[in-house]
Amino acid sequence: MAAGETQKTTYTIPVGPIHPALKEPIQLMLEIEGERVVDTDILVGQVHRSIEWLGMNRNNPVQTLYLAERICGICNICHPFCLAIGVEQAASMIVPERAEYIRVIAAEMERIHSHILWAGVAAHEIGFDTVFYLTWRVREEIMDLIEYVFGNRITKAVLQFGGVRRDITAEQLPRIRQSLDYYRSIFEHLRRIFLEDKTVRMRTRNVGVLTTEDALKLLAVGPTGRASGVPKDVRQDQPYSAYADLNVKAITPDLVTGTVVGDVYDRIIVRLLEIKQSVEIIEECIDRMPSGPIMSETKMPRLLRMLTDAAGEGIGRVEAPRGEDIHYVRLEAGSETLATWKVRAPTYVNLLAVPAILKDMQIADVPIAFASIDPCQSCTNRVVVTDRATGRRSVLGYEDLHRLSVEKTREMLR
Amino acid sequence: MNLKAFNRALWVYHLNTGSCNGCDIEILAVLTPRYDVERFGIMLVGSPRHADVLLVTGPVARSMEDSVRRVYAQTPDPKLVMVIGNCGIEGDVFHEAYSLVGPIDQIIPVDVYVPGCPPRPEAIIHGVVMAWAKLERLVKKEVV
Repeated sequence: MAAGETQKTTYTIPVGPIHPALKEPIQLMLEIEGERVVDTDILVGQVHRSIEWLGMNRNNPVQTLYLAERICGICNICHPFCLAIGVEQAASMIVPERAEYIRVIAAEMERIHSHILWAGVAAHEIGFDTVFYLTWRVREEIMDLIEYVFGNRITKAVLQFGGVRRDITAEQLPRIRQSLDYYRSIFEHLRRIFLEDKTVRMRTRNVGVLTTEDALKLLAVGPTGRASGVPKDVRQDQPYSAYADLNVKAITPDLVTGTVVGDVYDRIIVRLLEIKQSVEIIEECIDRMPSGPIMSETKMPRLLRMLTDAAGEGIGRVEAPRGEDIHYVRLEAGSETLATWKVRAPTYVNLLAVPAILKDMQIADVPIAFASIDPCQSCTNRVVVTDRATGRRSVLGYEDLHRLSVEKTREMLR
Repeated sequence: MNLKAFNRALWVYHLNTGSCNGCDIEILAVLTPRYDVERFGIMLVGSPRHADVLLVTGPVARSMEDSVRRVYAQTPDPKLVMVIGNCGIEGDVFHEAYSLVGPIDQIIPVDVYVPGCPPRPEAIIHGVVMAWAKLERLVKKEVV
């Protein structure tokens, strides 16, 4: 190359693993051409806590249930729920009908809190902090309700093999209805903020598009897949627990707009409508909940003995707030631990869709586009920019990335 | 050293070392309108270089050990470290795991422990207040 000539090359931007926002550390390597993302590579493993190993070597199954709760602090019902379904299948245990309804109520409350949490984070990512604070204030209502019903804000410890550990009493029902009415009353307000606001719309429409073909090819699950027009929902396709009585329908964005774009805006629509759907499911559960016992085996030594003697395989499938969660369990007679335990969390599948979502995005759109799958979004925080041509490295912090995103919002508002 | 600013504002940096997100969402809940610690001047910042206090969560996964040390080194003195949640304090449900190098006080010095799985927002605020008091004593050289 002669002096003075320039050559076009791409940059590599590693994002993560340390960052100040929420969720787990993860690292993204973004291949950049100017401002445009060409390709993405994902490095995971920064949060590896040997959970499956602990479940197979150290814990008895009941202890593992509370370990499963700590796989993710946000989805702390769906993981133990999924494990419980798997173990109950393997050990041929029966769950009383009332317990199934209480499990569904807990799972739907979790979905409401998780989706509102996500909406706030998404608003923060586009620099709309007013909405972030507003949604998190609104979220405290469901946190209060969860604490009132299950005794704790985050980890509820409500599940047990063959049932649940806490009943919902008749005196609690008016308080539950009051919270649900609250969400019903503010739904229109939230809908206006997220779907009609100019700022939100211009930063999310046609951003982070995942086409229906890509969603099918990359097996996107949960709201990410549904926003791309794939009506896939475990609650609809293979109803488990009390969902069999409830007739849940998968929500796709064409219910509102008539078309499927598969962008961030569509993911907002899906999650927003699912909040409303969850409120309806909880109400229906409260009305239909039969009376009766909540646990099939109340004596802990007998339960442990039963699980030690049992042999068999089971697969739990649960629609978590982020998508389909699968736990595979194998029990061996005489073994006090689970013989095999394999967890497949929804974000693991959705991460495959990230390169497709981020392709051709600007760097300023990366935070919102990546956050839109509701992942372990800790990644978007510390960024090193390497110029391959010169070998020059410069560090972009999460703040810089966030600043770029905020600046873009301002730019577009002008 | 004149650090009167501590009387008004305390900037915190949140470092996740492999936590389950439970403590992390409670830290955010502390900063948002219901608990709203920003009214006391406590603010979450995006870089350890701006921080007075490190809020550390999680049991420290092996691949995060180096990052934890580097973040601690990047934080300017005087600084305090707060561990939030049982797993950062003594491993909790994750003790004996092969992929963990924690607890956090084995890697960096810790000043305030906030136990709980996860701790309630009120407990986190109480911990920050304790950290604040200790920082002021540090500045006055009452403790080293």
